[in-house]
Amino acid sequence: MPKIINIKINNKKIKAQEGDTILETAYKAGIEIPHLCFHPDTEVKANCRVCVVEIKGRKDLPTSCSTKIEEGMEIKTESSRVAKARKINLELIFSEHIEKCGTCPMNFNCKLLNYAKKYNLKITRFKDRKKNRKVYKFGNAVELDSSQCIDCRNCVDICEQQGVGFLKLKNKGHKIEVVPVDDGKHDCVYCGQCAVHCPVTAIQEQLNYNEIEKDLKNKKNKILVAQIAPSIRTSIGEMFNLPYGKIMTGQLISSLRALGFDYVFDVNFGADVTTIVEAEELAERLKNKNFVLPMFTSCCPAWVKFVEFYYPEFIPNLTTSRSPHIHLAGIIKTYWAKKIKVDPKKIVVVSIMPCTAKKYESSRKELWLNNRPLVDSVLTTRELGYLLHKHKIDLTKIKPTKSDNPLGEHSGAGAIYGASGGVMESALRTAMFLLNKEKLKSINFKQIRGQQGIKKAEVKVGNRNLKLAVSNGLGNAKKILEELKQNPREYDYVEIMACPGGCIGGGGQPIPTTPLQRIKRAESLYQIDKKKKIREAHKNQEAKKAMSWLKKDKKLASQILHTKYHKKNKPEGFKIL
Amino acid sequence: MDIITRIRKANFLGRGGANFSTAKKWEMFKNEKMDKKYIICNASEGEPDVFKDEYLIANFPEEIINGIKIALDFFSNSQAYIYLRKDLYLKFGLKLKKIIKKEKIKLFKETGGYLCGEETTLISSMEHQRREPKIKPPYPLQKGLKGKPTLINNVETFYYISKIAKQEYKKTRFYCISKDAKKQGVFELPIDWSVKKILQKTKNYPEYDFFVQVGGGACGKIVFGKELNKSVCGTGAIIVYNVKQDLIKLMQKWVNFYINENCGKCVPCREGFYRIREILNSKKIDWKLLKDILEVMKETSLCGLGTSAPTAFLSLMEMMKYR
Repeated sequence: MPKIINIKINNKKIKAQEGDTILETAYKAGIEIPHLCFHPDTEVKANCRVCVVEIKGRKDLPTSCSTKIEEGMEIKTESSRVAKARKINLELIFSEHIEKCGTCPMNFNCKLLNYAKKYNLKITRFKDRKKNRKVYKFGNAVELDSSQCIDCRNCVDICEQQGVGFLKLKNKGHKIEVVPVDDGKHDCVYCGQCAVHCPVTAIQEQLNYNEIEKDLKNKKNKILVAQIAPSIRTSIGEMFNLPYGKIMTGQLISSLRALGFDYVFDVNFGADVTTIVEAEELAERLKNKNFVLPMFTSCCPAWVKFVEFYYPEFIPNLTTSRSPHIHLAGIIKTYWAKKIKVDPKKIVVVSIMPCTAKKYESSRKELWLNNRPLVDSVLTTRELGYLLHKHKIDLTKIKPTKSDNPLGEHSGAGAIYGASGGVMESALRTAMFLLNKEKLKSINFKQIRGQQGIKKAEVKVGNRNLKLAVSNGLGNAKKILEELKQNPREYDYVEIMACPGGCIGGGGQPIPTTPLQRIKRAESLYQIDKKKKIREAHKNQEAKKAMSWLKKDKKLASQILHTKYHKKNKPEGFKIL
Repeated sequence: MDIITRIRKANFLGRGGANFSTAKKWEMFKNEKMDKKYIICNASEGEPDVFKDEYLIANFPEEIINGIKIALDFFSNSQAYIYLRKDLYLKFGLKLKKIIKKEKIKLFKETGGYLCGEETTLISSMEHQRREPKIKPPYPLQKGLKGKPTLINNVETFYYISKIAKQEYKKTRFYCISKDAKKQGVFELPIDWSVKKILQKTKNYPEYDFFVQVGGGACGKIVFGKELNKSVCGTGAIIVYNVKQDLIKLMQKWVNFYINENCGKCVPCREGFYRIREILNSKKIDWKLLKDILEVMKETSLCGLGTSAPTAFLSLMEMMKYR
């Protein structure tokens, strides 16, 4: 048990936990101390100097993120000395950050602007000094606008933790700059962890909301279809100050209709399709000794790129199953188009994703049909939140509606795709059915749920023990892969998600995304699953119907349901603007 | 009597600039339980107009190395380094190696600039990381080079450790007098002498109106008039300026030094110096803003560079107001 000690913050007596920092203690006591560079996912750097506090008996103003509490400590978080220092440091930070608020997806949720208001900052007190800094574009997914960077280094740290190491620091002093690595050995995998850890959106997704806005304004015979990812229904509420993890499915669907989308489908349906395809493949790989094991999940495009670039020897391990939103888009543009008698070319599919890598994924030609993309555009959770605010659509007040049918229904298995372990759990529910042909006693695989970076388990399938590994965060994936290099038969089935906690911690999620937020978002996904009557993908009758329609045409079925991967010999690198 | 008791009895304070009790530091280092410990002699003196460490290395290398050997003998499982500024390494490396012979002392050529004199930056530089300070605690004494307890003392400190061991320490220190002084150089004189007395006894007391900067080269405090009766702290530098000196230019000189030497890690220091230069270069100096930035830099910077650099500016501004 940690020792409890007594301290005072702003004259309030607090019983606090020894070993905690002042910032943590204040947070637990409901006292907010402004901060920018601090993020619980990265090591404390204490470089923004915004979270400074006054401690009785100390001459300087230490940073609360790096100072541990001590018995009897008396702390002031808003004294006049603190306020003055914080104001100057924030004004200095503003001088590094060229405000591009008009187009910024965090405009309505901006920490900097909130501080500017709270401390009555003169945000133009100093001349912008980074006007001539460059913009680096990573693929079509992520971009680093150096003229907005406040040098907090969260992006560099998190990219390193991801085992990617694509970002580095150049120069020193005021010439210091975050830049992409150009050594031929590193490449961006577009996971967007840099973006979701950037406190000022200097690194962000490449924005696509503009084109969508145009399409919505002027439809020109087009049918606009939105499809929502499993995880965003439990995170988007945060952009409207709702509690972490609040389930907003119905409101989310209504708000998309209010924006002007003609149809709204649920990617959970696509996830059921993915589950069935993947479970069939797993069953086959287990039955046939010539097939490669372990099988890896492949619905995370950043993970796929990570394998293709850093570990191409593992490409045969990736399941050939496409990912849920590509599956659903494929079904929309074939099965559903036929059903409603519309030329697929008129359908515009927009995916709302927790992810920046999905932008890249949908541009991959391997995932197109007849030389046209299936998903026409991808918006992140942040971009959608921004659009809703901009168009004055209040998510908290809108009346919930259901997604369109027949592609809106889903099982509980589809719902949990957004949490680490969810894809494997869904696939196991179906694979067990396929392999055992008997009713499962329990369809809950609790050993592979939760936020730990690496989870291992064994389950019995028939007379065989299936060895499982689930990891989230690419740094952890690396550990699994290195393990497999030593012992290729260590596991039979491996689920990897590039982002911490899975898609609920995705690179396109609201800022900030902290461990606590990830826990709450994931819990809600399991709630949705628990409440569903149908909890196994293969029991989704509409999904099965669509799939058997596809399977009538073997070539089409293979085109829509499966894909191929390619070794990437050279980095895709970046473009400089 | 062991060496720590001797140092304590001599009331000896470290000569690297922070005036910390050497006996206390050694005691703490001794109490750290670890299979391996490092001892580092910091010879990366880098402030403008400060050159007493160089003088000591040139003239008394045996004494310095003897001081390090005393530490090596006293702390079990220890290994020592002399962290040398690049030019000192080139000039004196061979000579030092000859004196060291087979002792467990290695030379390390400094990889960066001024900031490498700061203890945690020095360690970062030895570990081939970015040359930047680390958050304290943990202090190098607890967790330093390669994660092991590390004792870092200045060149002059090791010189006097040797003297203390031989019972030859007479409460003196090395002063380095420079700039507009007539007889520039390094002088060994009693620690409690006032600035005035030191200038008089070394025949450096100017006939013209003057002020001095004491303690550090660019971070030293500006002292004049009655304050000259106080003794010198910090690194023992005394820089004499003719009052006719262009004071804005002097501040510009400091800021140009710091703008090149700061690491860029924390906001007040990185952005502060940039703005101070901008303010000093402008036609109409905004003194209020300048003071605000300097005070915030002093109170909120991450390492000793940011917290000590404002002293020179603020004390000079005090003097300007006074005059």
